[in-house]
Amino acid sequence: MHGYQLRAAFEESTGGTWPLNIGQVYTTLSRLERDGLVHPLPANDAGQRPYEITAAGRKDLAAWFATPISRTDRPRDELAIKLALALCTPGVDVRAVVQTQRSATMRTLQEYTRLKARADQEVELSWLLVLDAMVFQAESEVRWLDHCEASLIRYTSPPASSLDSQAQPATDADTEVEQEVPR
Amino acid sequence: MTILELRAVHRVHGDGPTAVHALRGVTLTVEEGELVAVMGPSGSGKSTLLNLAGGLDRPTKGEVVVDGTVLGTCTRRALAALRRRRVGYVFQDLNLLASLTAAENVALPLELDGVGVRQTRRTALAALAEVDLDGYGPRFPDELSGGQQQRVAIARALVGQRRLLLADEPTGALDSQTGEAVLRLLRSKVDAGAAGVLVTHEARHAAWADRVVFLRDGVIVDTSGPLDRPDELLTTPGGSP
Repeated sequence: MHGYQLRAAFEESTGGTWPLNIGQVYTTLSRLERDGLVHPLPANDAGQRPYEITAAGRKDLAAWFATPISRTDRPRDELAIKLALALCTPGVDVRAVVQTQRSATMRTLQEYTRLKARADQEVELSWLLVLDAMVFQAESEVRWLDHCEASLIRYTSPPASSLDSQAQPATDADTEVEQEVPR
Repeated sequence: MTILELRAVHRVHGDGPTAVHALRGVTLTVEEGELVAVMGPSGSGKSTLLNLAGGLDRPTKGEVVVDGTVLGTCTRRALAALRRRRVGYVFQDLNLLASLTAAENVALPLELDGVGVRQTRRTALAALAEVDLDGYGPRFPDELSGGQQQRVAIARALVGQRRLLLADEPTGALDSQTGEAVLRLLRSKVDAGAAGVLVTHEARHAAWADRVVFLRDGVIVDTSGPLDRPDELLTTPGGSP
């Protein structure tokens, strides 16, 4: 396969969720060639140079598939850091931060699900599995946010100053004392 | 067309100091072709909301309107008829009567409503075929898988003229693939013209809905979905005017 074919094949199987720059494809190919993992074949009439995987490349690939991805290789979780900082920054409404994120993640989850509903379950299996990966990741984020909210309710009490207007027992069921949040 | 409407609904269980405010002024509408998911922790009022929507419980204050009928103005008998004719339920389990076949289970609401035996049977078999259970009519529930049983329950929930489908954790006991198939079916039934309310605590399931309503302590704290109304978003926790 030559570079453009590789890119097309990659994007087709991942549903375009990870668009590749063609320059990036060729840089990677030349690095792989330097390391002896692929080797170039003669150019075709259109001047495109197909590449072929070498025995060493095949071995490397097999090892990649066989090795689990370490969680520490992934980028830092900005959301976890944001919540941690929100908790120790005065004046930040942490529960609102949680709810805002949860709604946004839920909306994303709905979008993924809509894409799933549209996909053909037999023809587009690889795309559906990529979508499922995103669905499960988003779902776990929502579950974690639910957990954070429950912990916030349990372990933090609103400061007295924010309760002054609503500290009386509720006479009307409309009163949302529980909704008051620390300021 | 609006199929279900909750207008500033309150529900208080008990009274005095031990009174429990299960719902505090919940307003919600569900249109034809719309699936609304209700999420929230245990005790947030999800099941109360579903029971009120289906006329199984009455609000302490506020109104519930199903298909244009204000439930509070109905006699017991009229309410029972409305439940039978307009509302279908799907629960996590205990959905089907074990001593009846799949076809008999689906036919039951029609039979109770006095529809003739032959027509009842024909309608029930057609309803089963619609949920991909053609030929399963004579089977008893224990001869069906969990996923097939939920399909029968959905067929029964929407048999006849019923257009409001109320589902309480309908995928609870199912594995993720089978659960997803049930949700796909629910979605397609709603798309075909029903209205649905899906109570769940799983975000992955709620994501099949057009709108997701977050309930906490009996109050809707947020709504997510393309049909968001900005005024609903403004009533955020602690921010009520």
